[in-house]
Amino acid sequence: MTQLEDLQRIASEETERRQGCRHRLCVCIAAGCVSSHSDQVQASLTNEVKRRGLEGQVEVRPVGCMGLCSAGPLVQEETSGVLYQHVRQEDAAEILDSLDAKPVERLRCDSGQPFFRRQQKIVLENSGVINPHRIEDYIAAGGYEALVQALTSMKPMEVVEEVIRSGLRGRGGGGYPTGLKWSTVAKAGGDKKYVVCNADEGDPGAFMDRAVLESDPHRVLEGMAIAGYATGADMGYVYIRAEYPLAIAHLRTAIRQAKKMDLLGNSICGTRFNFDVELRLGAGAFVCGEETALIASIEGGRGQPRPRPPYPAQSGLWGKSTLINNVETFANIAPIIRRGGDWFASIGTAKSKGTKVFALAGKIRNTGLIEVPMGVTLREIVFDIGGGIPGGHRFKAVQTGGPSGGCIPEQHLDMPVDYDSLREIGSIMGSGGMIVIDETSSMVDVAKYFMEFCMSESCGKCIPCRVGTHHMHGLLEKILEGHASAADVAQLEALCDMVMHTSLCGLGITAPNPVLSTLRHFRGEYEGLLQPAGGNGHASPSPAGGA
Amino acid sequence: MPIGPFKPAPPSDDKRWKIVAGTMRRHGETPNALIETLHTVQETFGFIDKDALRFVAGSLRVPLSKAYGVATFYHHFQMKPKGEHTCVICTGTACYIKGVPELLAVMRDEFGISPGETTADNRVSLLTARCVGACGLAPVAVVDGDVMGKLTASQLRERVGRCVRDDAA
Repeated sequence: MTQLEDLQRIASEETERRQGCRHRLCVCIAAGCVSSHSDQVQASLTNEVKRRGLEGQVEVRPVGCMGLCSAGPLVQEETSGVLYQHVRQEDAAEILDSLDAKPVERLRCDSGQPFFRRQQKIVLENSGVINPHRIEDYIAAGGYEALVQALTSMKPMEVVEEVIRSGLRGRGGGGYPTGLKWSTVAKAGGDKKYVVCNADEGDPGAFMDRAVLESDPHRVLEGMAIAGYATGADMGYVYIRAEYPLAIAHLRTAIRQAKKMDLLGNSICGTRFNFDVELRLGAGAFVCGEETALIASIEGGRGQPRPRPPYPAQSGLWGKSTLINNVETFANIAPIIRRGGDWFASIGTAKSKGTKVFALAGKIRNTGLIEVPMGVTLREIVFDIGGGIPGGHRFKAVQTGGPSGGCIPEQHLDMPVDYDSLREIGSIMGSGGMIVIDETSSMVDVAKYFMEFCMSESCGKCIPCRVGTHHMHGLLEKILEGHASAADVAQLEALCDMVMHTSLCGLGITAPNPVLSTLRHFRGEYEGLLQPAGGNGHASPSPAGGA
Repeated sequence: MPIGPFKPAPPSDDKRWKIVAGTMRRHGETPNALIETLHTVQETFGFIDKDALRFVAGSLRVPLSKAYGVATFYHHFQMKPKGEHTCVICTGTACYIKGVPELLAVMRDEFGISPGETTADNRVSLLTARCVGACGLAPVAVVDGDVMGKLTASQLRERVGRCVRDDAA
């Protein structure tokens, strides 16, 4: 039986244990840094500590994502805050030598640079700080307090009201008010309800959810359990991509630990509330990010969407009322309960509250993961936090929202980032991928890339999407090869309109977005590739090409 | 749908079928377990062949046509055995604009394989991933589980070349 006092006892034991060590070296073990061999760095630091007999004094702690993936592997000395970049296993001895002396200058990464300073962290507050393999670390950071607080001092409806007050909107991209969704499920009848966490992060170029699950898996479980209590569900599923082996492993460990401590399972914290969580592995189908397709996939079938209504809140998994939220949405829940909906609502803009995690990638100096309050401008993200475009190249566009989103040109860079303003200029917030494109890339080629993606990911159930994406892809290829005329562009636009308005699910409805937004902002590039009227269709090949 | 206690026997007396049977048992041997079981088959055997599909479909009381439909719907499931080495090239947006077309050209021109294909000598299979989530290191390829970031065409040529000559580590 775990009560608030038990949590506090674990937290203070953990803090004491940590303070016993004079130095704490945090090594990032999230996928970005592991890809540049941070596991070897961790091992060599640990060996070096053992060799010197410093086990009680220096702790080498694996932590989650610190954000600046382009400088990985990252190592931070926690007490002094000194951050090291591009650390190799050979550097271990030098780093240990430096602990009681001056930092190793040649490895230093400026932790005061705008990349770190301009962020505001709620979802990622524990990322890069706690050890994701240990529940004690999470508890020491205030973890599971919100769950105990909800279970022992709040009625389910009060929890829902707190979420409504926070103004939190779905972080998967749609932006549907989370509180409203919760209250619909809470009010739905039936003997059985489910909570589903959508971790099928399919957008190419987006890795926010992966980082959260790898760095702080308990936060997501806590959010799900609170959702279960608020809506009356006793079973949760995390639908996660099989392509994320590290996140799967961290989640499995986390579920096991939480069950052992009675924070998941039967009679949580000695109350009558039961909540269990199981994983379901996705198998590489982008369409499964759509909620009805996701449900079909959890049920063991092909991931094909069905018409809505009925919405999953009324009839979802196995016909029961089901709450589906994204990883980042669940990650916001515990802080909202702990610090109140009003606190959350004080951050961000009038209609978009809180913060948003973005994955910065492409032609940008600081690639990695950032969390900023809603309402910052794209210019701040790209040029201050992101450090601008490397290699003396010029900024051309930033792509948000993946295959469902659009490209935003320079003249809109000063627009505040929130759900509504992005939609106004023809893109979407999406789940948070941001790809920066410089002048060496052709925007028509970018549009073709996304159309190829949608074409091969179309599940084939409805004709507009299955056939329409195929034809749009063909037209874009024709344009890029220099065989197209103005009539082809007109046909492309007509097809966009048709696919957008007649497709069954979000995949088809948004598939034309990359084409429409590039046509809107970069029409000149399309026109530059066209045959003059009356041409014979054998002009010179396209000058456009990738970098 | 077959009724009664009929349960198909494993396709062979390979011990690995016990692992597959274990997954099905854990999920109550219901049709819901189909995807989880196919994951297990692929993890233990490397791919899903027709015998495996028949065994799983029969055990879970799923029509074979449905099992085949599910197995071929998802990109992750492989119906053919892979080569001795695998090279997965990430085709996410960040990787794409940082030079995936060049990497794919190396595989096509130097090794004669396109995504989904295996070299004639069965040495190397080329796969593509939608996004491996290491966008900070784009472009990325994963060769035999080893993630190679900020990859150039010549590095890829060298690494895959080693696989072909089979003096890889």
